[in-house]
Amino acid sequence: MTNSAKAENALELTDLSVAYRVAGRNRAVLRNLSLTIGQGEAYGLVGESGCGKSTVALTVVRYLPRNGSITGGAISLDGQNVMKLDAEALRRARAESVSMVYQDPGKALNPSIRVGRQLTEIFELGGVSGRAATDRAIAMLNRVRISDPVSVMQRYPHQLSGGMQQRVAIAMALANDPSMLILDEPTTGLDATVEAEVLDLIAQLRQELSASILFISHNLAVVSNMCDRVGVLYAGMLVEEGPTEVVFNDPRHPYTVALLRCLPRGGQRKDQGRLDTIPGFLPGIGADIKGCAFADRCALADDRCRSELPPLYDLGGRLSRCFHHDKAQALPRATPSDVAPVPKPAAAPVLRVARLNKTYASHGHALRAVKDVSLDLLPGETLGLVGESGSGKTTFARLLLGLVPPDDGGTIELEGKALAPRLENRSDDQIKAMQIVFQNPDSALNRSHSIRHLIGRALKRLAGLSGKALESRLNDLVRSVRLTDRHLAVKPRQLSGGLKQRVAIARAFAGDPRIVVCDEPTSALDVSVQAAILNLLADLQSKEDVSYIFISHDLAVVRYLSDKIAVLYLGRIMELGPSEDVFSGPHHPYTEALLSAVPKLDQTETARIRLDGEIPSATNPPSGCVFHTRCPRKIGAICEQQEPLLAEARPGHAIRCHIPYAQLAKLQSSTPPLEAMG
Amino acid sequence: MVFLGGQVLPGNVGRAILGPFADQGAVDTLNHTLGVDRPLLTQYWSWISNFVQGDMGTSYIYRSPVAPLVVDALGNSVKLAFVAFVLVIPIGILGGAVAALNLNRPLDRIITLGGLSMTVLPEFVTGIILILIFGVWLRWLPISAAWPHDAGFFRQLYHLILPSMPLFLVLFGYVGRMARSGMIEALDSDYTRTAVLKGLPWRTVIWRHVLRNALLPTITVIATQTGYLIGGLVVIETLFRYQGVGSLIFTAARGKDFPILVSGTLVVGIVYAVATLAADFLYSMLNPRISLGNEQ
Repeated sequence: MTNSAKAENALELTDLSVAYRVAGRNRAVLRNLSLTIGQGEAYGLVGESGCGKSTVALTVVRYLPRNGSITGGAISLDGQNVMKLDAEALRRARAESVSMVYQDPGKALNPSIRVGRQLTEIFELGGVSGRAATDRAIAMLNRVRISDPVSVMQRYPHQLSGGMQQRVAIAMALANDPSMLILDEPTTGLDATVEAEVLDLIAQLRQELSASILFISHNLAVVSNMCDRVGVLYAGMLVEEGPTEVVFNDPRHPYTVALLRCLPRGGQRKDQGRLDTIPGFLPGIGADIKGCAFADRCALADDRCRSELPPLYDLGGRLSRCFHHDKAQALPRATPSDVAPVPKPAAAPVLRVARLNKTYASHGHALRAVKDVSLDLLPGETLGLVGESGSGKTTFARLLLGLVPPDDGGTIELEGKALAPRLENRSDDQIKAMQIVFQNPDSALNRSHSIRHLIGRALKRLAGLSGKALESRLNDLVRSVRLTDRHLAVKPRQLSGGLKQRVAIARAFAGDPRIVVCDEPTSALDVSVQAAILNLLADLQSKEDVSYIFISHDLAVVRYLSDKIAVLYLGRIMELGPSEDVFSGPHHPYTEALLSAVPKLDQTETARIRLDGEIPSATNPPSGCVFHTRCPRKIGAICEQQEPLLAEARPGHAIRCHIPYAQLAKLQSSTPPLEAMG
Repeated sequence: MVFLGGQVLPGNVGRAILGPFADQGAVDTLNHTLGVDRPLLTQYWSWISNFVQGDMGTSYIYRSPVAPLVVDALGNSVKLAFVAFVLVIPIGILGGAVAALNLNRPLDRIITLGGLSMTVLPEFVTGIILILIFGVWLRWLPISAAWPHDAGFFRQLYHLILPSMPLFLVLFGYVGRMARSGMIEALDSDYTRTAVLKGLPWRTVIWRHVLRNALLPTITVIATQTGYLIGGLVVIETLFRYQGVGSLIFTAARGKDFPILVSGTLVVGIVYAVATLAADFLYSMLNPRISLGNEQ
């Protein structure tokens, strides 16, 4: 922010307009966007999907899709007008001064070329080849903290984990020592602990390198930890801009205010009130916008907002495109926060799992995906499953649903009756009592049927309804997930992600289930939509007394919805207890590390517990406590030799650790462990 | 399968060979000599055990061992298929790649539409047109694929150009379309974006990053066409009077010559299986994501 006044900026966008040609018409995606990024500055760009964030990035490097074109304005990269460059000059600019890292590193690396070759070709562009290029590549991999660069060079991308792939992608981006580094959702889709690692790496590299950074993310917390300044994009326009802390703590545009309210923050829980949502939808691309683009969704909007485009008001070092910027925070809630918490009568558990194991055979080795899991679930209760990828969360859910049979010996009881291990041996009642909502509603809904058909079929199959009864139940169900009749006639692809997820939820609820497994149901959704879905799940739960098994990598979301948490690591429960106890601690060192990895909006301290290395292979789990290889609180040989029991530390709260509960409490109330202070 | 199919077909082998006026006793005697009056399983067993030893039996029609007939025909078929492949693989891939690089421009439309219309035209139509143009009118190429006995390699090649043209036209559409869609997918991929944003020259991006990934699916398609090229060319072989496996099997089927029919079909099946296997090997060599069974 202090550099923005310097004569030369790393990036200057002036009145930039970009359009995509769809059905023969140019449709505006970016509208007169102006922003500058100073030398060495990190600038964050946030907003919901579809607001034009990635288009900004692609425009800067001139890699718009075939139907995209720059319809006005100017881009100046390091003082060079990017739009005037011919093909060769543009290639040189890409080779020398600007680099980009984006989402999904698995796709960004060429699958059929070895990692080393993909790196050395960059140095060859600069005239360094052979041995020297290899040395430079190894040095680069060292720089992104890859511990065994020589062997990584020999591997293909698919042989690396997601975190390693993203490190390689970052190494490739930094290989030409760019003056401008564009990061487009670089950690989206990575595990929380891996995300933390990659963010740490970027933060460290920032201090070593001179590059300016354009950081694009839908995750406000990530941006708040990484960036000096932030711009909020809405419908291709900048609606607010300013120093990160100032914008997030004292927002001056109703959109920013609303976005921040959608997030479950500060350990908020479902019984403490609903999340706020943003009504309506983002204007489609190319929409004709007369006044303020946000007016239709804003409770503060008046006639002037709807007819006249607000200017960017300069509020002293920060900007807001709102006539009512002085009272933006008085934005009324879109969703009332009241919930009537129903005191849960003590009832018999709806689900009881005892000594559940699942062993897969993998190349002659036994892979214990789930080991010795026992737990209970009460009616109307939510169990949150937490852990990194590969910890066994999804396998556990599949065992419950009967999609894969568990090893002999374990039992699953539904409402006191034992469930057959396989789905085909379960009765219809048992099948409809347990349903699932997936992460990606796109692949879960048959695209060739209408919504009415999809939900109707579920009612026919699961509830055995037909005729009038089906019609009336269908209408109830549709209303309870807040879809309207208008949505019933259309096919899934005509609906937004959030609406599709509502259809998936309606379908799961068609047979009055007792338990619904939610496998990352909001991970593919924007925060405002996520808030609406979480509210919906909470409402349905209090109405129907249904239980959830909720899987998510977003701990704030898990915390909001869960009554009980199970933390899994290598298929074992490391900690099991009431949500509040698990989150507020004292907790298992693994839980502690997971929580510490989460970027938080309202915290600035950066001393996180870093989990080194990757989750060990389940075919060859570490001896003793399986977590000892990565545990920052390891106490000694006992951790390596003896597996601790899942012992009840307090009533209902069990921890699998050799460190006594009182000792954990003492350790965790003071500083993070020494290793993490570096 | 073919063996069983041949058995349930109506008609009597002995009757077919000796003609309708032969004495029933002679027919029965012949049937007994040929062994076709034995139980089905016995026949099958003796046939399959002989086959794996290289003895394919004796042809009913030609009255000579089947093996040399099938082997000769197979050799001819392989030559024709080879010429067709040599033509279609590079040109088809090139056409598809050029089309993809000029996506939705006139050149793309010409290649795609042209390839597609050639594919849907039956080969006897294109074959006849080509014969008329090059063989009859221009007199550049011989209209018969059968070359003189002493013909050398180039002479044989010269005779095979015209018959392989219709095959090329049929296959160009397939190969070109696969290559085109593979290229489009690869060009739109994130790794191509990465390569471009590295500042690599366009030529390097295409040759190093796009082509290899783009052509993987095309290899499979080419392999599946091998069976067609070896055994399915009855029309072309008849049209150009060429002794390939296709026409051999066809003649055998008409004359109820089971030994040739069954052995020929089996040989085509084996060739097809081998070609598919070879394609799978090639595919896994080019695609590092598939490792053959053992972990790295």
